[in-house]
Amino acid sequence: MAEEKRTWRLGIDVGGTNTDAVIIDGDLNLVASTKSPTTEDVMGGIKAAMHEVVSQIGLEAAANIGFAMLGTTHCTNAIVERRRLNKVAALRIGAPATTAISCMADWPEELKSAMRVRDFLVHGGHEFDGREISALIEDEIREVARVVREEGFESVAVTSVFSPVSDAHERRAVEVLRAELGEEFPISVSSEIGSLGFLERENASILNAALVDVARTTADSFEEALAAEGIVDVAVYLGQNDGTLMSVDYAKRYPIFTIACGPTNSIRGASFLTQEKDAIVVDIGGTTTDVGVLFHGFPRESMVAVEIGDVRTNFRMPDLVSVGLGGGSIVRRAEDGSVTVGPDSVGFRVTRDALVFGGDVVTATDIVAARGLAPEVGDASLTSSLDADLVERGYAEIVRIIEDAVDAMKTSAGDVKVVLVGGGSILAPEALEGASAVLRPPHFGVANAIGSAIAQVSGQIAKVFSLSETPRAQAIEESKRRACDEAIAAGADPATVEVIEVEDIPMAYLGDALCIRVKAVGDLML
Amino acid sequence: MRRFIGVDEIEDMALGATVLGAGGGGDPYVGKLMAIEAIRKYGDVELITPDEVPDDAVVVVSQMMGAPTIMVEKICSGLEPMATYDEMVKELGVEPYAIYAVEAGGVNSTIPFILGATRRIPVVDCDLMGRAFPELQMTTLGINGVKGQPAVLADEKGNTVTVRAIDDRWLERIARQATSVMGGYTILASYMCTGRQLKDFAIPGTPTLCEKIGRTLREAREMHADPIAAVLEVTRGHRLFKGKVVDVERNTDGMFVRGRAVVAGLDDDKGRELVIEFQNENIIARADGRALCTSPDLIMSLDMESGTPVTTEGLKYGARIVVVGMPCDDQWRTPEGLAVVGPRAFGYDLDYVPVEELAATEGGR
Repeated sequence: MAEEKRTWRLGIDVGGTNTDAVIIDGDLNLVASTKSPTTEDVMGGIKAAMHEVVSQIGLEAAANIGFAMLGTTHCTNAIVERRRLNKVAALRIGAPATTAISCMADWPEELKSAMRVRDFLVHGGHEFDGREISALIEDEIREVARVVREEGFESVAVTSVFSPVSDAHERRAVEVLRAELGEEFPISVSSEIGSLGFLERENASILNAALVDVARTTADSFEEALAAEGIVDVAVYLGQNDGTLMSVDYAKRYPIFTIACGPTNSIRGASFLTQEKDAIVVDIGGTTTDVGVLFHGFPRESMVAVEIGDVRTNFRMPDLVSVGLGGGSIVRRAEDGSVTVGPDSVGFRVTRDALVFGGDVVTATDIVAARGLAPEVGDASLTSSLDADLVERGYAEIVRIIEDAVDAMKTSAGDVKVVLVGGGSILAPEALEGASAVLRPPHFGVANAIGSAIAQVSGQIAKVFSLSETPRAQAIEESKRRACDEAIAAGADPATVEVIEVEDIPMAYLGDALCIRVKAVGDLML
Repeated sequence: MRRFIGVDEIEDMALGATVLGAGGGGDPYVGKLMAIEAIRKYGDVELITPDEVPDDAVVVVSQMMGAPTIMVEKICSGLEPMATYDEMVKELGVEPYAIYAVEAGGVNSTIPFILGATRRIPVVDCDLMGRAFPELQMTTLGINGVKGQPAVLADEKGNTVTVRAIDDRWLERIARQATSVMGGYTILASYMCTGRQLKDFAIPGTPTLCEKIGRTLREAREMHADPIAAVLEVTRGHRLFKGKVVDVERNTDGMFVRGRAVVAGLDDDKGRELVIEFQNENIIARADGRALCTSPDLIMSLDMESGTPVTTEGLKYGARIVVVGMPCDDQWRTPEGLAVVGPRAFGYDLDYVPVEELAATEGGR
């Protein structure tokens, strides 16, 4: 029987290999869960998983669902695998400044070539106080547009010096580009993505620009699948990388903010399932393994440079390492006899291509199956032709990759608790070097989706105040109140809303101005 | 043995210099990448000791002046150091024998290597502060009567300004104003002196110490040793306080960011509160109304887990840090030194007491 308030949540997590779904009731009890293969069209997998969990509780109970949350690792996978990335034209507005450091100077060579980025430098940009460094020359931008059109670039990232202070040149450049390339052409504008810090903001904008198609496919798939399942009039959210939720429209424009929401959700899910507050969480999927730290009940945030695929960016991220190991990782023997596992993966085709499923690709899953460690996966007898030496060396390599990743997140030599989650966690052994205990909680396979379903709502405010008009203390109080109001307006329970971040950035260059950023989070109002 | 500084050495040096920056000196990232881009293009740079500079040879500083936070956004054209050098040669009528760094700080430790690489000029293993300080005249040459002028300033637009001032305070004022007009930071050639003066008054080995601190931090992390203990060992430092930043207040006055951070104690320091007062660099660290460390000794905030130095602009609500105090160079502990960089020089009504004495009365925490 339907309750009066629709307090149930549908949480879905699309991984490279599996799409997980859960339904959680108003008292946070897991009432349904499933795991189904991520399909080539993405939507098939979402639809199948959604249909399965809805069937488990029945249509009548499904009427209790008031919220639907999607967390996706698609953007992360695209960068790690260097696949499906848009061909980006990176337009830097700032000459004669900025030439001491080339565009993407600090990027790994391999990613740089996979990205197919071409950089362009034009005159313009601003000083700290809003003066122009040099005038914007619109013909230079039209020339960039001509190259973009003629050479088939799919997306443009525009970064102008001091655009967080004055975005005039970025806005004008966008107008000129739109006039040349059409209204719908994807353009990522740096001032909407990152903060002060030119290279980090430029990097984040280039990554955002490269991810527009990946995000579009994913967001569209989710909305269509919900409608097809008859789940209507629900609040729809996408997970973002601080562990909170954002609207679907927002996610389509800012795909980069979905990066690492999967690991954030697993960390929160792992904490919920084990009731542990401090541990290292290892989330093994089909393509990647993400290792994060649960610190006092929340994902530890990175205090140092925030890197995505070895690229330094400047928006907030959880502290994570991501390595190319998953159930679908391809196993190969090198000429010298050594065995490699990943980083490339058959991904969602693991259930077709892996030996245990009758395919002909040797994957990490086949290695553990051959050792008799995965009795419930496929038909282990199909791995009997595997060379015993390959199995031994492959398994040692898998364990080494996991132990190294755990090690990388440790900051002292002491042993720590390790929580294993994710469908690929069958790859991990019962004991790991450097771990005081290895926990594999019930429902470990769907920890992502659980984390997604229990995620909180945030409200964020960034506003420039004039200190002569508003004293600092008053400005901060006002910002805190507004951030809390935003969180409440976005659906947070007022009783649970708390300020988790206060930052003030002096903008002396703008007189006595102070930019105050506040973030508040709270539980969903049920 | 001739020693060359390449890309790896620059990486370590920039990290270590951020520790010695004592909260100031800027984010090392941009300065490091500029030096690396120049070294990749033109080759490694020779590092020589002050003893290798002939007594009558001329050396000059290559440095950045202004707000590092602006440089992080408006990156150099990369031609500025050469513009200042060429103007300086015109001014002096001689080619300098070598160049050197004014201070140990995220940015200024690596700036000389842009010029060194591009023009194939050696860099001397010394500096004039042994840490970072907010003003141009706060140097060990300055307290010994050697003038910072003439100085040449250049911006990325191609403007240069040559300043001939009556003293270093005027140099500082004129250069600050020019820097503001030129876009918030400039690259300078300054502190021309002889090899003899360098040997007598400069602080030897600072760039090498920076590199050593950076390497120690990196290796401690790689081996999962305690990075903070490792830094304390290399710097002869004292652990002052462990806690979480609960408030940061900043006011900008001209080119200086003045402010204070309040740190709530954790573990052994639970229940106590530390206040760090900063003026670009950390100046005073006080707990329960008592000073734990004051300028010119170094006050450094390190990330509790990774040991990564946290500059004053990186201090944020929620940051978990260990605050460390380190003794400064002895030249700063003289009456002449304290007059320029002691607590009173920064406007605090406090006598200077060396950090090791304060730490001893604090109970060797």
